[in-house]
Amino acid sequence: MSTALHNLVNQPYKHGFVTDIETEVVPKGLSEAVIRLISKKKSEPEWLLEFRLSAYRHWLTMEEPAWANVSYPKIDFQDIIYFAQPKPKKQLASMDEVDPELRRTFEKLGVPLHEQKMMTGVAVDVIFDSVSVTTTYKAKLAEVGIIFCSFSEAVHEYPELVKQYLGSVVPSGDNFYAALNSAVFTDGSFCFIPKGTKCPMDLSTYFRINTEGSGQFERTLIIAEEGASVCYLEGCTAPQFDTNQLHAAVVELVALDNADIKYSTVQNWYAGDENGKGGIFNFVTKRGLCKGVNSKISWTQVETGSAITWKYPSCVLLGDNSIGEFYSVALTNHMQQADTGTKMIHVGKNTRSKIIAKGISAGRSNNSYRGLVKVGSRATGARNYSQCDSMLIGDRCVANTFPTIDVQNTTATIEHEASTSKIGEDQMFFFAQRGIGSEEAISMIINGFCKDVFVHLPMEFAVEATKLLGLKLEGSVG
Amino acid sequence: MINKGSKILLEVKNLRAEIAGVAGVEILKGVDLTVRAGEVHAIMGINGSGKSTFSKVLAGHPDYAVTGGSAMFEGKDLFSLAPEERARAGIFLAFQYPVEIPGVSNSALLRLAYNTMQTERGLEELDPLEFDDLIQEKIKVVEMDPSFLGRSVNEGFSGGEKKRNEILQMAVLEPKLAILDETDSGLDIDALRIVAKGVNSLLSSDNAVVMVTHYQRLLNYIVPDYVHVMDGGRIVRTGGKELALELEARGYDWLRAAA
Repeated sequence: MSTALHNLVNQPYKHGFVTDIETEVVPKGLSEAVIRLISKKKSEPEWLLEFRLSAYRHWLTMEEPAWANVSYPKIDFQDIIYFAQPKPKKQLASMDEVDPELRRTFEKLGVPLHEQKMMTGVAVDVIFDSVSVTTTYKAKLAEVGIIFCSFSEAVHEYPELVKQYLGSVVPSGDNFYAALNSAVFTDGSFCFIPKGTKCPMDLSTYFRINTEGSGQFERTLIIAEEGASVCYLEGCTAPQFDTNQLHAAVVELVALDNADIKYSTVQNWYAGDENGKGGIFNFVTKRGLCKGVNSKISWTQVETGSAITWKYPSCVLLGDNSIGEFYSVALTNHMQQADTGTKMIHVGKNTRSKIIAKGISAGRSNNSYRGLVKVGSRATGARNYSQCDSMLIGDRCVANTFPTIDVQNTTATIEHEASTSKIGEDQMFFFAQRGIGSEEAISMIINGFCKDVFVHLPMEFAVEATKLLGLKLEGSVG
Repeated sequence: MINKGSKILLEVKNLRAEIAGVAGVEILKGVDLTVRAGEVHAIMGINGSGKSTFSKVLAGHPDYAVTGGSAMFEGKDLFSLAPEERARAGIFLAFQYPVEIPGVSNSALLRLAYNTMQTERGLEELDPLEFDDLIQEKIKVVEMDPSFLGRSVNEGFSGGEKKRNEILQMAVLEPKLAILDETDSGLDIDALRIVAKGVNSLLSSDNAVVMVTHYQRLLNYIVPDYVHVMDGGRIVRTGGKELALELEARGYDWLRAAA
């Protein structure tokens, strides 16, 4: 590998800085006492404390899942800070009251907290460590009846809605990490689109883990009532620490009759260094319930960061004629490991789902697609189309696909396509011989490979994703 | 066409090269070759004689390391240039085995390559619409259907289509020196005729072609000014087009014995 290429491989992670801000933390470790303390700090109602405690008791009986195609040292759950919030915490009347240090942090990350400076037409909820810092455009959204606020605020302001839907898609005992999240989640975003309303702007949450040794356990709940539609974006970064940090989020989406939810993620957590030291463990449960007829939930994700990714955004297609979609680009470089994919559970009649998954592996990384397409006995006329493509860069990386298809209705139509390709020296030489340098060549190949997914991203995200992939991969060929 | 007065494009002297990372396994053992503007050269020889290696070394393929000698291209030291710089300077290699690039459309690749070359020459880049006008003309040279432009580079192309696609790239980039590495291998007679017609239409008094080939057949269509025979990593005999006919009749053994 040439020196220039070598330098490019070692491009530093841009978002790896730490904000020097006074933080209030609950001491490391997990116990009923810690959960009660978190709940008390957040002045939560009794029913929510009960939800947490029952999840915790269930979690104690569960085993950490070992079936994923990833390996990592055993996590010491007593060595994690479960609650960290920047001080001082008071009710903010306006954006200007946000701690200037925090404001600078988000400006550096390209997420200015002033509404005037925001990307036009995007409302943002900003989560720093365990708490929501601010939510923009709240008032404007309220005019059309849309609720967009931090989860904590929703618990106080709209307890009936939260109570009705919390855990309705991902039950507190669903899996090991979902149970852990249910016990200790600290904040997140809440979003409610009332009947017949089209959300006039994209809603967005930006997640930032800052405190060393802390985990982030956020909870997102999005509800689209009959005929409502919303487009939601999620972005994330974290500082560069030598220790691993755990991110175990739960996202629940509910779409009622004729509702439409589009959820996009560009995940750029810190991935650890070249030798796999440090980085985020991203163990996330995301699931959407197409509860009503003709409802639609679409997941689009670009996964580039994290030391380990364990994530399967899924759709339960309960309503007749409902539609589930999953578009994914997962990129791993250096020592990263990703085991990601989706589940499409067809329950209602004439339900349709589509899966387009693109995996790119470089360095010594390991990238797996894992998917389940399940058609229940009552899902007459269900259809699925899946396409899983892997691209290998260099000869020390690994790509796997683990598709599972389970069909219990004879009228179902299932299609699965898969391919594997490799960016080789011959391709790079071909581009060079046509006068095209290696950076442009890689970006062209990767964009071509990912275009079926990128077209489903909102414009700003598509541009960012393209740049991000280019940056992550520069110099990995040669 | 031979014109001793025309300017020298490429001058290779005593070129030696080995497989990169395998010291001591020399494949080129002192190649000399001079190519002037307006000339057509054919390099022939048995398998393993070093013909393809020679063309790849000129283009800067990373599999090979130059161990001695020099190659000047229009007065520039070729070996001090990166492969993409050589391409931008006007050297074009038509590949023996064109690679497939899934997901990258033929027209996108051609436009990027063309605009890179325009920038190099200090000319305006073309936007997609302007470029489409240009490419629709160029594609006639190789008698390809315009639908090939929207397809991924070489993906699912037949052997002949891949070779025609190489010549299309040559037509778009208008190189000063085109090196055709066994472009005729695997072509049926119709495809061979189309490829040859394409190359001939691109020839001018300002550029030159070096064809690496096994067979005399190609030389019926693209008539060379010089025929060189390579053996054991050297050019052992140079003659006119009649040398190719003689090789066709007698084989290579008599030359090898003489060398």
